Amino acid sequence: MQFLLLLGTPLIGALVLGVWGGRPRAPEINIAFSAVTFLAAGALAARVVGEGNLIVAREQFFIDPFNVFLVTLTAFVGLTTALFARPYMQVEVELGRLTPRRLQLFHGMYQLFMATMLVALTTNNMGLLWVAMEAATLSTVLLVTLYRTPASLEAGWKYFILCGVGIAQALFGTILLYFAAEQVLGASGVSALLWTHLNAVKGQLEPAVLSLAFVFLLVGYGTKVGLAPLHNWLPDAHAEGPTPISAVLSGLLLNVAMYAVVRCKVLVEGSLRSNLPSHMLMGFGLLSVVLAALFLWRQRDIKRLFAYSSIEHMGIIAFAFGMGGPVATFAALLHMTVHSLTKSAIFFSAGHAAQKAGSQLIERIRGLIDTNPTVGWGLMLSSLAILGLPPFGVFASEFLILTTAMKQQPWATPILLTALGVAFAAILSRVQPMVFGESSGHRLPHPPALLPVFAHLALVLMLGLFIPPYLAQWYQAAARLIGGQ
Amino acid sequence: MNALSLQLLNALAALLLLLSFAMLAQRRIVTLVNLLALQGALLCAATLLLAWRTHEGHLFVSAALTLALKVIVLPRLLHRLIRRLDVYWDTDPLLNIPGTMLVGLLVVVFAFGLAQPIAALASTATRSAIGIAVAVILLAFLTMITRRKAMSQVVGFLSMENGLFFGAMSATYGMPMIVELGVALDVLVAMLVLGVFFFQIREQFDSLDLQNFESLREEK
Repeated sequence: MQFLLLLGTPLIGALVLGVWGGRPRAPEINIAFSAVTFLAAGALAARVVGEGNLIVAREQFFIDPFNVFLVTLTAFVGLTTALFARPYMQVEVELGRLTPRRLQLFHGMYQLFMATMLVALTTNNMGLLWVAMEAATLSTVLLVTLYRTPASLEAGWKYFILCGVGIAQALFGTILLYFAAEQVLGASGVSALLWTHLNAVKGQLEPAVLSLAFVFLLVGYGTKVGLAPLHNWLPDAHAEGPTPISAVLSGLLLNVAMYAVVRCKVLVEGSLRSNLPSHMLMGFGLLSVVLAALFLWRQRDIKRLFAYSSIEHMGIIAFAFGMGGPVATFAALLHMTVHSLTKSAIFFSAGHAAQKAGSQLIERIRGLIDTNPTVGWGLMLSSLAILGLPPFGVFASEFLILTTAMKQQPWATPILLTALGVAFAAILSRVQPMVFGESSGHRLPHPPALLPVFAHLALVLMLGLFIPPYLAQWYQAAARLIGGQ
Repeated sequence: MNALSLQLLNALAALLLLLSFAMLAQRRIVTLVNLLALQGALLCAATLLLAWRTHEGHLFVSAALTLALKVIVLPRLLHRLIRRLDVYWDTDPLLNIPGTMLVGLLVVVFAFGLAQPIAALASTATRSAIGIAVAVILLAFLTMITRRKAMSQVVGFLSMENGLFFGAMSATYGMPMIVELGVALDVLVAMLVLGVFFFQIREQFDSLDLQNFESLREEK
């Protein structure tokens, strides 16, 4: 029941808003649909915590501690982004950058995008996972090009073709997975792609085929995670699309793609009993962290700056999952949560800051603290949070990851620490003048919605200071599921 | 499965590979789309033959899907786009055609090497075709890399999809129905999105040449 509500609400929302999305009350309807989705996710989480795993619809969908936590996070950020989008998009319409027709496209596609992500997270079928991931790209391509500027069209094209080719690799990986599974589970063809069945027999799957499959799956889904050197689409799509889309791409889509990689890793590792998947994840992760830290210095656009920061953090998460083990996996899950919350908070405040300055160029955004203290503080605090300053949750997860790295992979620790230091200096030196410099900028015609920013920051702060026991148990259950301990 | 139908299937596979090379060399976009449709038709014929010989019911559905989508709907959609957008020729590819063909040959050798361990494990009668499927995928990839026009890249993308389907067919007699339907839906939606997208690009740039897309490079 909760499950039906969870997937049905955004789908119906997409239909309704696809038709009425241009009307004056559409933003509120968008919020309402997102709120119902979030309530359904909460109810589902409560049920899974109470009753254990859930398998529905002829085993095509299943809920376990790992995905229910991401479902809740996705629905929550979906709701806060809808709240943020209401005044933000109104300002864009009044500035003449958008028309009601494009707003209709935005609202419809936004709900469709939420639906595809929720399907990807909850499906038990590795093939459906692929279909939903591809659908998530397709539903956002036209949102990246919403402004129809030359740069946004280029970004949209890159996004479409790179993710399309990437995801084609993942399809080949899925075919190989099915091929290996069929030899164990029989040619019935029904259960051979179901994750729960595969997980049960993973020890018998043919290692040679699975290692080949993992290479394709990692390259395919890794393109969507934004792992270097497959990250080319990410900064463009984040910078050129409307800010609510940057927030959900960075905060949610990357997580969902990472989820797909981890699901595949669990299967392959069980079959191989070797470290190939771990080493590949660690390698891609470290490369992403280092490259992103270097590229951060070159950025002049505020949204590109934080897009590169997302690549860096996805690298850290990939590295942590690669290390494996209960502690590192726990830290990776925590990092997924806090990164998602913090990064969307950053995009919310950066979006309003850019609207005030009339430009996304960092040098044009100055003195936010004078003209609008809440936007200024929001940007400052969330930047400090993403940089891993102590009271916030990012510090806790990065600390855990680094200490585990010292024990398990000591060679990687100096690389990680240096890259984090470089990123710290790069981001702080750019955010500081934007917040405290001489002011420029004007008042917005609509008061910005900053409640989401501070709600996210409060949650991140809470996760940094104190993780409630039920939440900790939940993370541990998920970490056990992935880490195998 | 008798020897004759196996021979026939292998012949179809060889023709698929040949078509991939033809696409690699073709610069006229209309012909490129026709080659794509022909590739779809061959894929459909191979699927039908296999379905008839193995009595796998879902392969019939798959063949019907291929016929509807890859032979009829998508080529028509692409032809219409070509007419409306007036893009008949691709500009010179990044690498000249003989050079591309040579790289293509190396790609095929590599593909067969890659497919070897899979084919060795496969129990399907069609396992020798797995190498060809991988080659078709990689050649389509090469087509995408060496082309400048958005339209040719899309044709390359669809040819890659054909290769993937052929791979799934020869390694495992096709994916489960629900997945195949989902993939087909995705491809169809992707083409519709692209149609919209092309018009947006044309509106902005007056051309579909991807050389216009140079602004978002990282400054050095």
